[in-house]
Formats: sequence, structure tokens, C-alpha cells
Amino acid sequence: MTSALTIERLCKTFGKGPDAVQVLDNANLEVPQGQSLALTGESGSGKSTLLHICAGLEPFDSGKVVLAGHDIADADDHARATLRRGTVGLVFQQFNLVPSLSVAANLSFQARLSGRHDPDFVAELAQRLGIAQLMSRYPEQLSGGQQQRVAIGRCLAARPRLVLADEPTGNLDEATGDAVLDLMMELAAQAGTALLLVTHSTRLASRCNARVHLRAGKLQVPV
Amino acid sequence: MTRAALQALLSHWVRSPFQLAMLLAGLALATALWSGVQALNTEARTAYATAESLLGGGNAARLTAPAGQIPESEFARLRRAGWDVSPVVEGRMAMGQTRVTVLGIEPLTAPAGGTSEELVAPDVTDFLAGLGFAHPQTLDEIGPRALDLRPSQAVPVGTVLMDIAQAQALLDKVGFITHLTLAPVQRDGLTPLATLAPDLRLTPPEDGADLAGLTDSFHLNLTAFGLLAFAVGLFIVHSAVGLAFEQRRTMFRTLRALGVPLRHLALLLAAELALFAVLAGVAGLALGYLMAASLLPDVAATLRGLYGAPVPGALQFNPAWAAAGMAMTLAGTALAGAQALWQLWRLPVLAPAQPRAWAHAGMRSLRLQGGVAVVLAITAVILAQTGGGLVTGFALLAAALLAAALIMPLVLAGALALGQALARGPVAQWFWADSRQNLPRLSLALMALLLALATNIGVGTMVSSFRTTFIGWLDLRLVAEVTVTPRTPSEASALQDFLQDHADAVLPTQRMDARLAGQPGQIYAMKDHATFRDSWPLLDAVPQVWDRLAAGEGVLINEQLFRRAGLRPGTAMLDLPELGGVPVLGVYPDYGNPRAQAIIGQDLFRATWPETPISQFALRSETPQALIAVIQDEFGLPSGQITDQAQAKALSMSIFERTFMITGALNVLTLSIAGIALFAALVTLSGMRLVQLAPLWALGLTTRRLAALELARALVLAGLTLLFALPVGLMLAQILLAVINVQAFGWRLPLQLFPADWARLALWAGLAVLAAAVPPAYRLWRYGPNQLLRVFAHEK
Amino acid sequence: MKNKPYSPIVGRIAALFLLMITATQGHAQGFAGLGTTADGFAVPERGRALDFPQDHGAHPDYRIEWWYLTATLTGDDGHDYGVQWTLFRSALQPGDRAGFASPQIWMGHAGLTTADNHFAAEKFGRGGTGQAGVTLDPFAAYIDDWHMRSRADAGADPYDRLDIRATGPDFAFDLDAQAQGPLVFHGDQGYSVKSFDGQASYYYSQPFYDISGTLHLPDGPVSVTGQGWLDREWSSQPLSDDQQGWDWFSFAFDDGHRMMGFQLRGAQVFTAGTWITPDGAATPLPAGALQFTPLGTERVAGRDVPVRWRVDWPDGGVSVTTEPLNPQAWMDLSVGYWEGPLRFSGSHTGRGYLEMTGY
Ligand SMILES: Nc1ncnc2c1ncn2[C@@H]1O[C@H](COP(=O)(O)OP(=O)(O)O)[C@@H](O)[C@H]1O
Ligand SMILES: [Mg+2]
Repeated sequence: MTSALTIERLCKTFGKGPDAVQVLDNANLEVPQGQSLALTGESGSGKSTLLHICAGLEPFDSGKVVLAGHDIADADDHARATLRRGTVGLVFQQFNLVPSLSVAANLSFQARLSGRHDPDFVAELAQRLGIAQLMSRYPEQLSGGQQQRVAIGRCLAARPRLVLADEPTGNLDEATGDAVLDLMMELAAQAGTALLLVTHSTRLASRCNARVHLRAGKLQVPV
Repeated sequence: MTRAALQALLSHWVRSPFQLAMLLAGLALATALWSGVQALNTEARTAYATAESLLGGGNAARLTAPAGQIPESEFARLRRAGWDVSPVVEGRMAMGQTRVTVLGIEPLTAPAGGTSEELVAPDVTDFLAGLGFAHPQTLDEIGPRALDLRPSQAVPVGTVLMDIAQAQALLDKVGFITHLTLAPVQRDGLTPLATLAPDLRLTPPEDGADLAGLTDSFHLNLTAFGLLAFAVGLFIVHSAVGLAFEQRRTMFRTLRALGVPLRHLALLLAAELALFAVLAGVAGLALGYLMAASLLPDVAATLRGLYGAPVPGALQFNPAWAAAGMAMTLAGTALAGAQALWQLWRLPVLAPAQPRAWAHAGMRSLRLQGGVAVVLAITAVILAQTGGGLVTGFALLAAALLAAALIMPLVLAGALALGQALARGPVAQWFWADSRQNLPRLSLALMALLLALATNIGVGTMVSSFRTTFIGWLDLRLVAEVTVTPRTPSEASALQDFLQDHADAVLPTQRMDARLAGQPGQIYAMKDHATFRDSWPLLDAVPQVWDRLAAGEGVLINEQLFRRAGLRPGTAMLDLPELGGVPVLGVYPDYGNPRAQAIIGQDLFRATWPETPISQFALRSETPQALIAVIQDEFGLPSGQITDQAQAKALSMSIFERTFMITGALNVLTLSIAGIALFAALVTLSGMRLVQLAPLWALGLTTRRLAALELARALVLAGLTLLFALPVGLMLAQILLAVINVQAFGWRLPLQLFPADWARLALWAGLAVLAAAVPPAYRLWRYGPNQLLRVFAHEK
Repeated sequence: MKNKPYSPIVGRIAALFLLMITATQGHAQGFAGLGTTADGFAVPERGRALDFPQDHGAHPDYRIEWWYLTATLTGDDGHDYGVQWTLFRSALQPGDRAGFASPQIWMGHAGLTTADNHFAAEKFGRGGTGQAGVTLDPFAAYIDDWHMRSRADAGADPYDRLDIRATGPDFAFDLDAQAQGPLVFHGDQGYSVKSFDGQASYYYSQPFYDISGTLHLPDGPVSVTGQGWLDREWSSQPLSDDQQGWDWFSFAFDDGHRMMGFQLRGAQVFTAGTWITPDGAATPLPAGALQFTPLGTERVAGRDVPVRWRVDWPDGGVSVTTEPLNPQAWMDLSVGYWEGPLRFSGSHTGRGYLEMTGY
């Protein structure tokens, strides 16, 4: 089984001197292809930081991050952007959509960027996500749940190897959040996409294939 | 409460020093341009007042003689008959390093109330013994001198005031006076002047040196420019204030939730704005003073060259324009802040902190703007149809420009929508869509840019059209190789005899002041000569115009008179003194002359006014330099009295160039302000755009690419603005040439196109836009990842 | 027009004319530079015989000169009137030149006093152009449209008959003056000493005019008759430094005598006068012979002016008190002074004129 994401002895410290905050301290992690992994931890423990590092958005101090076979440390800015375009899909808590583009344009945006645009697939996704009737709207005309569904659809439309989701339902009520997450996990499983899901809900975490907990910079499998 | 609330409000500016700097800079620049222009106008008007008040407030009528001078015995004769008249001797002469107007007055009989009175009074015995007065600048120009001259600001630049006896001696006019001033109040029961002195002509007071009236149009021009610059500056202020209110909405909500009353908050915000206005106003006044001081020499030269108005080259501080400038700043700030305050007033306490739909609110206001623009455009069309009057002309100009500025965002939105429709790839589509969405935030800056560019194109086209026409006209008008100005009538007759044998043709100039169709003007005599028949430019004429003119059958009039009085050749008659109604035979262009002018045949002129001396000789010669040498040998004329053609052309051209120098300078300043406005808008926008750009970055567009796209967007928007500015500028030029100039100067010029100038302007505008757009784009490229990441990290 | 503010220029020029009258004013205003010694100007000499008609004309080599006529008149309406007509000459330099280059400055003053009104007007001009001056043949002193012209018969003294005219903004007069007696010379044959320091002028008068004419007043013309007195004086020397002003009287006694008397007020009061019999015989009254005693002041033009006097000549048995026709006879011109007609009573009765400067 190939690994979608491998992290070894990852260290990350914000700031210098007495103000320095060591967020990650020799963290190790592996997400196999097609599997889902929940990342939990207290607020401020470094979950988002870890995710940003994986996406090549944030530099790190030491260690190794291998994304679908590509060592991030070897990739320059351009190469990381390419990875983000084609290999990874990102879903954040909010601000996922390009405000100037319609839902339809947003939905197909990443797929077109990565050159893997398949209109039929996009239409199917929209259908499944229940946003097909919203295609001509603009992001600011959508509710939070609708926006997150578009973001997920956009991410999946590009068929990434790995989806990195940072509390994608944090902004939503429980029922909506569960529905959105269910859909995402189902679609990811269908496409064989690996999923790293940051959440602080143990209930959600329990629905993933595996779960790790971030505390004091270390990743541990909870008992 | 006030202190705590104020502290909270002001903390915003501490955290956004750049925004504060832009707000203050915008206000200061707007104030500077407006007050600078006002300073120039005030200085010039003060100078006119100085000139007019020197001899009794300009309300004294004059008595002149057709011969140009009056024997001084006439003065005694009129006094003995009870008339309260005072003699004046006036003339140009070389003094030291320069030429000056020597003004000789008789202090014992001078009309009461002139500033000369206060000047002369303390030292009247010294004055009678030869003490003179001149403006400090004039004294500098004269340099070392033999005369006892004292500096005084009360004397117009270029004039030396002295006792009449000394002036007569210096001007070689002993026994003669130039004119008599008539005291405004005369005793009852005097023998009428018409009986007593039938040879003297009475000129009513307003015909004298009514410089204020003559130069009104020039100053109106300046004021219009000042207002335009001020308006452009206000665009900056408006957008900065609006933005600051927008960004502080959360704070307003919190403050109100904490119990600060709305009225109180509004007052605090108004006070904050007023404080900024005062700070920026003071800085702007200082800047305006500096600007005016550096432009004044050119303005002064223009006014001197064009109207003969004596304006000093050094600026005096005058509280009047400073106060006016400050008032404008406060009013402008109030205007710019009114909308924001109004919104605050209507905002419910718990209104969403983020404007929900910028784009939609933006589109709504765009449509509203479009409506206003249409109304303005209709107004402009009506004004253009009904026309008349300089003020109407400027109103037309303002309406047309404003309509264009307001409609521009709609036009740009259309263009961007078209771009979006034509775009293929996802990034390209996003590029157009995003540009469109951000248009409302940039539109103020772009409107400022449009105004600046259109003004640049319009004024540039006018000046270039004028220059081309003027040069061609000069070549026709200045055919004489040499011009000689005699100093005295006796020298004139001696020259006449002498020149017959030495020049190929002697074309004497005789002229006299007269009212033409109710306006002050001059009548010239024209000799029937091939020089004129071949080259004198005519705009319109009856058949055989030259034969008929030579035969004394009519009159040629200048374009100014033609337009103001509506005298059409062939049908109209012009009333001339002594001659009555004379048919108008033709119209000639007479650029640079503010007054009415008429030309009649030399024979008719000499028969009608035999006394009139020859004021100048135009000479034709194959060997002009030799001719000049011969005349100088024979008459010892100073070099200022003899001009060759090249000199005359150079002089005319320099006057011309300086006329539009000030316009050019203000043009550049306005364009720079627009550049700053764009810069301010782009920089503040770049902060707000992080949220918009972050998803794209997360989706795999590098910051470098994003920065390049930002730059491209600025250039595209500026390019579209420039494209739109082109027709607007040409419309402006057309209004300037066909309406404003005709009203202000009395002549109309054909519109000519100068695409090379546009290309140069496009280059400059492109550079200005790049200068404005590169810093924020560079920041995005270099420091983008950190900031973009913060969008997600700070998500809540 | 009555309270027309006078221009500062003519104010300064007028000050020139007051050099002799109010030396302190001259000093205060900086005209001392013209010198208390006669710089280039001729100086009066004792014993020089005056020569007529030449001396009726102007003396441009002297600094200052005047033709000064006062008249006490009675109108056909029965009211008293007083008239003054003066042409002053002041030279910036001795001698004359043609045209505006002339250094001779002329000033005309005209006054007309009624019981409850006082009119005054002035004129300025420069010699050389014909605007103002004095001609000898025929005699005429003029400035603008004012004149004092001889209408005397050929061979007679030009002053025997004069035609005098002046116009102001709100008044005018036309007078015909016929001399009824000879010219009278003051001091030593016309050499009149003005101070203990010896400053002097040439000074003679024609005190015997019978006058008739017309006054033009705002209410209309009035025909008048009366008596007139013409003073002629020229000099180059200002007063002594301490002399502040003078009080000058001319008296026409009802018995036909005339008397001129003045005092120059200073550290020491200097008085002089002339007693004139009806046939013109003149007796100079030396310094100290006359006594002038103010009998109370009146507020005139913002200052206290002694408008009533007792004048005593103990040796001649003259002791009279004067009563002005109009106490407010202030010449409100660029240089102000008091000048008006009076009646006197006491040892003698009659009418006269009083001029007071330096108040
Ligand atoms: N750019 C930054 N500079 C300094 N400290 C940061 C930065 N980003 C995050 N941190 C700190 O790192 C820690 C982990 O943050 P984050 O990864 O956002 O936590 P989580 O997502 O688990 O709530 C926090 O203490 C936060 O304050
Ligand atoms: Mg987080």
C-alpha cells in the first residue's frame, strides 16, 4: 500500500528566543493511499500548522514531509504550487471560494487549473453535493454549509491524491456538518483519495479509518 | 468616555499609518493646488489694484490728444478755466539694464485718494526735487543707477514713479504731457470741455488700464484648473475616508454596544476628520505657497506679455487666499466624509461587520452614477446648444467632464465583462471576473485618473493646435524684416524721410485708441502695399477687399471684435469716431491681443486724424542687418527700438509658450495627484484582497503569478481608462477651442490631432500606473505567503 | 464737501508755507533741513527802498511771500460778513525756471465768514506752467480760476483798484476793491522786524480799500459793501526757534484811523504794530508798545483758541476789546488756523480782522 503522505521527525517552531513556541517536536505520521485519518488536538496545539506544512504553504524547521512521493523539502515555490494544483486538495474552515467567480466556475476551477477538468464528473459531484441548482450564484449568496459543499466539490473535482481538510465543518451546525462530512468521506473513498481531517470532535474522528492526537508537539495514537 | 472612544478610533490610524498618510497627503495636495492657484490669482489681482490705485483708484477719466501728447500750456489753460485736471507724463525708456515705464505725476494737483499720494506725501519736497519710486523687483532689474529711486511695493512692476518735471526731461518730452486725469468731481458751471478744448478726447474711467476685466478670463482658467485639481484630490480623500469607515465598522459596533451614543460617535468622527483637515490644510497651504511662488514668475511673464499687466515675480503672503484655501479644505473634507457619516448614522447597532455584498452594492451605486452621468450629459448638451458667456462655457466643461467621469465605471465594467466573456482559461476568466468585482473600489481612483488624462489630452490638444496655428499666423503677420520704434514725433518724421531712401518699403504704423462697438480698442492705418495684399491673413472678406480698403471704403476688423460684436463682412457696419458707420470688409485673426482692433486705409486715416504720430515703422529689406546698422548709425537708436524679424518672432513665441506654461505645470501636477490616488487605492485594496487571493494561492497559484496578475490588472484598467480618456479629452479640447477660448480670448482655432502626444502621454501614464501598482504587487510577491496564510490561520 | 479730508501731499506742501508762521511745526515735521539760515535765498535788508510796481510782483529769490486781502463787509441783508483771499508763494530753491521744473510752489486760500458759518477753500499749484503765479503788467495774482487782478487806470498804482475772485465747493465771491488812500509801509520803511533775534521781512499794506461785490452762499447771492486791507510780505527767514505762532490784528477805526498789530508768541512775546492816520501817515509801534490780552478761549476745531482779546496801546490811548463775528472762524484746510472778522469797542470802536496761528 503506497503512502499518500509521510511525515518523519517533523519540527516546527514559531518565533525566537524566550517567545519561541515549539508547535511540532519530532512528529511522525503516515496516511496510506485511500485511507482517512483524523487529527485531533486542543485548540492551539498545532493542527493547522501541520496541515499548512503538508500543503507546502508553511515552511518547517527540520524533518521530512513526503507528499505522494514528492519530498516537499526538495520542492521550490513553483513545484509546491504545482503539487497544490494537482496532487493535494485543501478545504479550510472558511474563505475557500474565489469570491469573484460563480459557483460553477469555482467548482471547476481547480480541475481546470490542473488540467483534469471533466464536466460530467463536475455535474455529478454537484448533483451529489446538492448544489446543482446553485451553479449560477456567487459565493456571498450561499450559506456556510453550501459554501463548504462547493469547496469540497471543487477539491474533489480535481481528483487529488490527498485531501487536507482543516475543520471543514467547524463553521456549521452539527447536522449540516455531519452531512457534509459524510459526503466528503464517501466521495473520497470512492475515488481512492486519502484524507487528512483536522477536527476537535471525537465523534467525527471516530468515523475515520484512524486517528492521531497532537499534544505538546508529538503525534500519538490515542488509547 | 470621549477620551477612551477617541483613543479607540485613533488607534486605527496608528495601525494603518499608510492610510493616514494617504488621507493627509490627498487633502494636503488638494489644498495645495487650490490655494496655490488662488495665491497666484490674488497676487495678480493685488498687482492690478496696485496699478490702478496708484493714480486715484482708477476712477479718473482721462483727456488725451490724437497727436499722442498735449502741450503743457493746455493743462494751465484748463486749470485756469476751473477744471480740476492733473497732468501725467508716461513713456517707455531704457533705464539701467532694463526698459521701464516712466510715470511722471504732478503731486500738487493729482486727484486725491491714489496710493501715489501716501507714497509721495512724507517726502514731497524730495519728490519734487527728483526722488522716484519703483517696485523692488524693478530696482533689481535696473541695477546700478544715477537716479534717486526708493523701493515701494505700491508701484507696479516695471514702472518708475517720479515728478513730472523729471519725467519730462528723461523722456525728452519737456513742454508736453501724455494725458490729463480728470478729478471725479468738478465744480458746477464750468465751460464745457468740448468748447474749451475741442481737440482733446475724453476717455471714460473704465477704458483705462482695466486689467482686472481684461485678465478675468485668464484667472478663470486658472481657477477652473485649481478646482479640477482640488476635485481630483478630493477623490483620494473620499476613498481614504470611506475605507477607514468601512474598516472600523466592527469597532463602531463594539463602541456602540459598549454604550457610546451614536450622536457622540458621529461627533467624534467628525472631529477626527476636522482635525485631519486642519493638519493637512496647514501643510497644503505651505505647499501651495511654495508652488505658487515657483510658478509666479511664469504667470507674471504671461500676464505682462499678454495683457501688459504689471505683476511682480515674488509672492507676498496674503491671509485672504490662505483662509479661502483652508475653508475649501474643510468643506471638501466634509463633502468627502458626509457619505461615510451618513452610513454610520443609518447603521443598525448590530449590522454585519463585513459588508456582505460589495459587488452588489457597487453595481447599485454604479447604476446610480450612470443615471447622474446621463443627467449631466443632457445638461452639457443643453448648455452647448444655448451657450454664451465664459461661465456657461466652464459649466459646460464641468458637466461634460463629470458626466464622462461618472459614466466611466459603467463603461469599464462593460469592457471587463466582454473580456470575461472572451476569456478562455480558468485563470484568465478569474482575472476578468475579479477585475470587474473590484472595479467599484478602484473606480474613484480611476475616475481621478480619467480626469487627469482627459485634461492632459484636452489641454495638450488645445495648446498644440494653438501653437501650430499661431506659428503659421506669425509667419504671415511678421513679414517685415525690421521694425523701428521712434522715440519722439520729431524723430518719427526724420526717420520717415531717411528710410524712404534706405529700405525697400516703409510701412508706417499709425494708431489711435477708440471705442469700437462699445469696447475699448484701437484703430490702425494700413498702407496699400503688396506686403499686406500678399500675406495679411484674413478669415473672411468681401471681394476686392484690398482695393476697397485702400479706397477708404471700409474697415477690417480683428476676430475678437467680429465675434463679440457679430459684425459680418459685407453686411455689417462699424461705427468709427469722426467717420460714423463704415462697412466691414474683412476679418483677420489677431491672436494674443485681448482688445478690439480695426484697420482702415492709410489715406483715410491720415485725412481723418492728421495729427496722429507714427508709432512704428515696419521695413522691408533684402539686407536687414545692414539696414539696422545704418539706422543705428544715423539716429543712435538704442537696440530696444529696433527689432529684426527673428527677434520679433522669438518674442511672440516666448510670450505664447509662457501663456501655457502654467497650464502645463498644473497638468503635470494633476496627473501626479491622480497617480497618487491610484497608488493609495491599490495599496489599501491589496490589504483587503488577501482574503480574495488566499484561496487561489491555496489552489496552487504562486504569489509571483498572483503579483503579476495584479500588475496586469492595474495596467489593463489604466489602459482602458486611457482609451476612454481619449475621446473625453478631445471633447474637452473641442469645448476649450470652440467655446472657452472664444469667450475668453475672442478667437477660435481649428482642432488638430496630435497622436504622437497621446503616445507620449500613454507612456507617461503607463509609467505612473506601474509606479503606483508595483509596490503593492511586489509586497504580495515577497511577503504574500505569510499574509495569505494568516487568512487561514486566523480563520474563526 | 465741507469736511473734505485734505490730501497728505498738500498738507505737507502747506506746511512749507507756515515756516514763517509756526517755526516749531516746521521743525517737528522735518523741514528744518531747509535751513534756518537762508541757503541761497535773498535776505531782507534794512534801508532798501521798495520799488513799484516791481515789488507788487513776486520775489522768487525769497523763500516765502504772500498777497493777503481781508475785508469786513455788510450785506444788503444787513448782516456782517468777512472775506479772506490769499495767494502764498513758497520757493524750494531761489529763482525760477520754466515749466514744471519751476521750484516755485503756490497756495491759494479763500475764506468767507458769516455769523453762523465759515467757508474755506484752498488751491495748490506749481509755477512755470501758468497755472499759478503773479504777473506785473497787468498785475494779476492767480491760481486756477481764482484771481486778484488790477483794474487800475493806466499810470495809476496797480493796487489802486483790484478785482478779486475765488470759488470754493460751496461758496464764491466776486469783489471790486478801490483804494481810498496810499500804500503804508510797516517797520522801517517796509523792513519789518519779527523777533528779538532780528529776523525780518519786507512788509507793506494797502489798508484803505472800499469794497463792493457779491458773495455766493448756499442760500443765494448777497450784495455786499465794506472795507478791505491788503498785506504784502516776503522774506526768507523763518521765525526764531521758540516762536510758536502769531496773533495778527488789523483795525479800521470808525474815525478813519487804521492800526495793524501783531504778537509772536514764544519764550518771549514779541509785539509790533503800525498806527496809521486817515491820510496814510504811518507810525511804527516798537516791540512792547502794544499789549495783547486774551479774554477767554473758545473750543474751536478741537482746540482752545482765544477768540476775544483786549488790545492796549497805552501811549496812544487805545484800549479796545474785540468780539468776533463768528468764534468758529477756523480755516479747516490742510493747515488750519483761525481767521475772521471782528468788531471792537472800548476807547475806540470799529471793525477789523484777526488771524491766529499755532493753536
Ligand atoms: N505565524 C505564526 N506566528 C507565530 N505563532 C503562530 C503562527 N501561526 C500559529 N502560531 C502559533 O502556533 C500554535 C498552533 O497554532 P495552530 O496550528 O493554528 O493551532 P490549532 O490549529 O491546533 O488551533 C498556536 O499557539 C499559535 O499561536
Ligand atoms: Mg486550527
